[in-house]
Parts: sequence; C-alpha cells; structure tokens
Amino acid sequence: MVIEMVIAGVCVIGLFAALGLVLVLMERRVAAWIQIRLGPNRVGPKGMLQSLADTVKLLVKEGMTPNGADKFLFNFAPFIAMMVAMLLMAPIAFAKDFQLWDLNIGVLYFSAISSIMVISILMAGWASNNKYSLMGAMRSGAQIVSYELSAGLSILAVVILTGSLNLNEIIQSQADGWWIFKGHIPVIIAFIIFIIAVTAETNRAPFDLAEAESELTAGFHTEYSGMKFALFFLAEYINVFIVCAIGATLFLGGWMPFHIGHWEAFNHVMDYIPSSLWFFGKTFFLIFLIMWFRWTFPRLRIDQLLNLEWKYLLPISMFNILLVTLMAILGWHF
Amino acid sequence: MVEEIGTTPEGDIIINVGPQHPATHGVLHLVITINGETIKKVEPHLGYIHRSIEKMCESLTYRQFIYVTSRMDYLSAHINNHACALCVEKGLQIEIPSRAKVIRVIMDELTRIASHELWWGAMAMDLGAFTPFFHAFRERETINDIMEETCGARLTMNYMVPGGVMLDIHPNFQKRVKDFITLYKSKISEYDELVTGNIIFQNRMKGVGYLSPEDAISFGCTGPTAKGSGVSSDIRKLYPYEVYDQVQFDEVLETGCDSFARYMVRIREMNQSIRIIEQLIDNIPEGDFQAKTKAVLKLPKGEFYQRVETARGEFGVYIVSEGGTTPYRIKFRSPGFSNLSALDQMARGSKLGDLVAMMGTLDLVIPDIDR
Repeated sequence: MVIEMVIAGVCVIGLFAALGLVLVLMERRVAAWIQIRLGPNRVGPKGMLQSLADTVKLLVKEGMTPNGADKFLFNFAPFIAMMVAMLLMAPIAFAKDFQLWDLNIGVLYFSAISSIMVISILMAGWASNNKYSLMGAMRSGAQIVSYELSAGLSILAVVILTGSLNLNEIIQSQADGWWIFKGHIPVIIAFIIFIIAVTAETNRAPFDLAEAESELTAGFHTEYSGMKFALFFLAEYINVFIVCAIGATLFLGGWMPFHIGHWEAFNHVMDYIPSSLWFFGKTFFLIFLIMWFRWTFPRLRIDQLLNLEWKYLLPISMFNILLVTLMAILGWHF
Repeated sequence: MVEEIGTTPEGDIIINVGPQHPATHGVLHLVITINGETIKKVEPHLGYIHRSIEKMCESLTYRQFIYVTSRMDYLSAHINNHACALCVEKGLQIEIPSRAKVIRVIMDELTRIASHELWWGAMAMDLGAFTPFFHAFRERETINDIMEETCGARLTMNYMVPGGVMLDIHPNFQKRVKDFITLYKSKISEYDELVTGNIIFQNRMKGVGYLSPEDAISFGCTGPTAKGSGVSSDIRKLYPYEVYDQVQFDEVLETGCDSFARYMVRIREMNQSIRIIEQLIDNIPEGDFQAKTKAVLKLPKGEFYQRVETARGEFGVYIVSEGGTTPYRIKFRSPGFSNLSALDQMARGSKLGDLVAMMGTLDLVIPDIDR
C-alpha cells in the first residue's frame, strides 16, 4: 500500500514537471506562430530544451524575500499553489483504466480543490507588502470567486445529464457520443461558458487581471523571484492543463474515441487509436484554444470582468441549467 | 507636490507608476492617488531623462544643432529635423529646390506612418494584447529599411539639412516606397480585424478618457489628441509648409473626445499619409536636392519660429539669434508635454486599467516631453 502510494506520488510529480516544461514550450511556440516569429529555437533540437534551461536558471537563482514581507506567508504561498495543482491531478482519467484515484465525487472534488487556489494568490499578494501585489491579489480574489459560479454551473449541466459525479462514469456515458454532440445547444452553451470561466479562473489573458503586467508590473507575484516565482508559473500552466482535461472529460468524452452512430468500420478504426492519445489530443486542443485567446485578445477592465460574469454568464448559465434539466427529464438528448 | 509613499489623510493609496514601469514606455513617473481601483489624481513627475538639449543647442552651430533634435522625439526624427531646417532657412531667407521639398514631405509622411505603427502596437500592448506589436513591426521594418537605404539610419535619422536634404534619394527609393504602399494596403485590414473591431478593445476604449474640446484647447493639446476631441489643429492645413498646400489630403477629425476617437484619428491619419505619398512619389521633380548655402551659416539678428505637424502634434522651434554662428537661445515646443498635462483631467474618476489605455492614446514619447 505504502509502495503503491509512493509510486503514484512519484508519477504525479514526474508528470507535473514534464507537463510544465511541455506547456511552457508550447505556449512560446504558439505565441511565436501567432506573432510571426520563430520562438525558441537554439537550445537543443528545435529549441526543445529551452524550458529545461529556463528551469535550471530559475533553480540557481537566489530566492529573495523583501524586507517588509510576512516571511512565513510569503514563502508558503507558492507551495499552496503547487499543492492545489498536484491535488487536482488525482481524479483525472488519463487513459482507459488509468486513473490515480477513481473518486465517486470527482467533479465535486475538482470544484472544491480548485477554489483553494485563490487562497495562495491572496496570501502571496498580502504577504508581499507591495501595493501592486495587493491590488493584483484583490482583483484575483474577486475574479476567481465570481467565475467559479459559472464554471460550476456549466459543469452541472453535464452532471445532470449523466446523473453521476464520478468522472469515469461520465466518460462511460459518452461511449455512444460525446456530450457536446449529444447534448444539443444547451451543452454547447455550457461548454462555451465553461471555457470562458476556466480561462478566468486560471488567470489567463484576456482575464489576467491579477498579473496585468502593463498596469500592475506583475500583479501578485511582483516580489517573487527564482524558484518561488517558478512554482506560481508552473502551477498556472498545470492548472490550465487540468481545467482543459476536465473540459475534455466532461464535454469531449475524455479518452473515449470518436464514434459515429452505426458506422461500424469507422468506429473500429477509431478504436485502434490509443485512448491516451484521444485524451491528450482533446486536452491539448483546448489548451491551444486558451493560448490562442491569450495572444489575440486585449485585457478586460476589472468592472467589465465582473459585469461579464454577474450580468451575462451567470444568468445565462442558470437559464441553461433549466433547459438541461428539462432536456434530461424529457429525454430529448440522444 | 504629494507625498510619494504611503496613504493620504483620507485613506487613499498613493502609487508610484514608474519611472521603471512596463506601461510608461520609458522613464515617466506618475504619482497616482487611488481609492480601490478608482483614480483620484494623477501627477506626472518629469526629469528622469533631461539632457538639457536646448542649452546644448546654444553652443552648436546652425548645421550641428539639428542632429541633436532627432534624439528628442525619436519616432519623428525626420519631422523634428525638418522643423529646425525650415526655421534656419526662414532666417537665412533661402528658397530650397522643389525636389528637396517633395523628398522632405515624403520622408515626413513615412515617418508619421512608422510612428503611428509603433504607437498602434504599443497601445495594444498596454491593453494586454501582445500580438499587434509584432504585426505593426512587420510593416514598420519596411519603412525602416527604406530609411536605412536613403539616409543610413533606422531610428535617429539625420537627413534634412538647411538648404534641402543631405543626400539624393537612393535609386531604389521610389520602387520600395511603392512596394511599401502595396504591402500596407494589403495589411491594414488585419489591423481592424485584430484590434479595432474587437469587442473587448472597443469596450476598453469607448467613453474612456473624456477630453472636452474646451479642455483640449486650454491644455494646449495638439495632434491626434486634439483632433480626437474635434479640435482642428493640423499645422499642415492651418500653416502649410513645403508642398502640403499642393497635395490633396483631409484633416482627420473625430468628435468622440474619448480614447477610441484618438485611436481612430491615428488609424485614419495613416491612410491620409499614404494618400499624400501616393500623390508625390511619382512626381518628384528633377533638379538639385540641396540649395547652395555658405559653409558657415549666420542667421541675422532676430527671432524666428517655425512649427510643423509631427506624429504627436505641433512641434515648434523658436530661435533667437544675435547674428553669430550659434543660436543665442533655442526653445522647442514639444507636443508630448502639453498632451501629457491633460492626463490628470482625463483620468480622474476612471479605473486604474484605463489610465494605461489613456496613456497609450496620448502616444507619449518621454525624451520628447523631457528634453
């Protein structure tokens, strides 16, 4: 039992580091592609080792703590961010029968744990004893707490249709078709709201008000340097991966292959593609989408950001839940 | 002067934006008083890049001092030089060849487009969109290449001299400028797709940073800042110099008085500049590119003033001469300084994020404000 746990832990940490490196590189390549430049292309073949080199640089850098800072909270905050990201890895089904923890309340677990993230940001902003950091943290607090509602409600749409909070059961329910296809327009609306809300929840542009480098220098992590900064940075990317993985699981069928009704031959061919490829393909497609947002849109203002949530997204998702419930009761989905 | 640290007696926070801050594009220092996210007061502090250029000019000859002015508003280097050259020519009472006049105007308009391109990218970056910067630089590099080929520099260009231009244009000049116009026309729609039409962008810009026409006049705003408030202030139209009275172009005016109006003025001004270049590029007269002038220039005793329209507004050169080889006193009227003074009026009551957008639409170049 202990050995099993240790192996699982090592796997998570390994995956964590590997994903961080891959995602940072991917972000830089996507940005370069959108911005008509080459991106990293010097370290290693085609710049593949660039993020490794950056990690080494960050590791050997001195971790500074500013004079007026609350030392304990300041140093502890990055670890909370990291911890949350790691905990969120647990219920995700990476492939068929490959899941660290087959939790019967996986969706609830995701919603609950992901809201702890805001604590680390508030802690970092407060403990830095810097006005920029404090403003970034306060913005982030308002933002994450607001957008969690929409994210939760859009997840609920799929939960209502499936009748289960277990991620594995949700995936199994999509064996005959992904929810985004089966669920008609309400699920598509829920999917769009989910993508918007999780982009805001992970503090990614156009909702990156907590960082807002042109207004607040670097927002809540202005005072962080070296590995402490890297932990925030890594946690952000892992969070992006996790929300995209959850999005892929709920709406795009997780590791389920793409099947079309009674096209037996087609379905067989699709079945030959390994389930892990399906999962990572869908997840990385969503990650690409979120990166595309970041490099295309300007940033919102704080009042517009909250207006968008409270005046548009929340009422729409509430009404949408009603529609989904009706649909589930009347059995209008496939 | 407000205290630069801590809080005010009313409990508002004082924040120093700059002199090292990503949004100020240089060493501008804004001391802002905020209540939550709402701005109560903005106070610009200058002096971080003061090089006393005006004083330096007093010990430089009339040929030499022009080179210093490209270091002021480095994005309108040609236009600054142009103003100085015009002012010295006014004092010497020499008529320059028509070839030089046309070349000067083409160079001015290319500079204006290059400057507005950079502003467009930088302003989008202030709003948090990084990509437009690179798209703008794609076109701007083409202009820089043209400049490099003709006058040897890419940023601090020195091409206009008293009497005309320093060198004749490069044989490739006309072809490359035409190529640039074709490129620009094929790419300008991308600008609108990427930024102008974006709903987030429009919401960030519309109704923000209101500057009434009365305020624009009383703060001495010029250029796109004034034109965005509907104040006609284009020196090229009001006091035409060189061949501006012979070309067809419209003074761009917007009546929105907000950040979006100022944005649209610059976008439309680029199209007008293209229009001017198109009319002139095939009609560069043959002849000398420089009038015959004495080796040592001596302005007669008196005062001379010349204003031109730079990418940021009215740029004026005021020379007081005692009859010697160097000016007795020089004063530059830089557009950025007056435009910046309106920032406090515009920013009061708006959100912190909007301050950055407003600074973007003022198109501040710090060495121009702080000489």
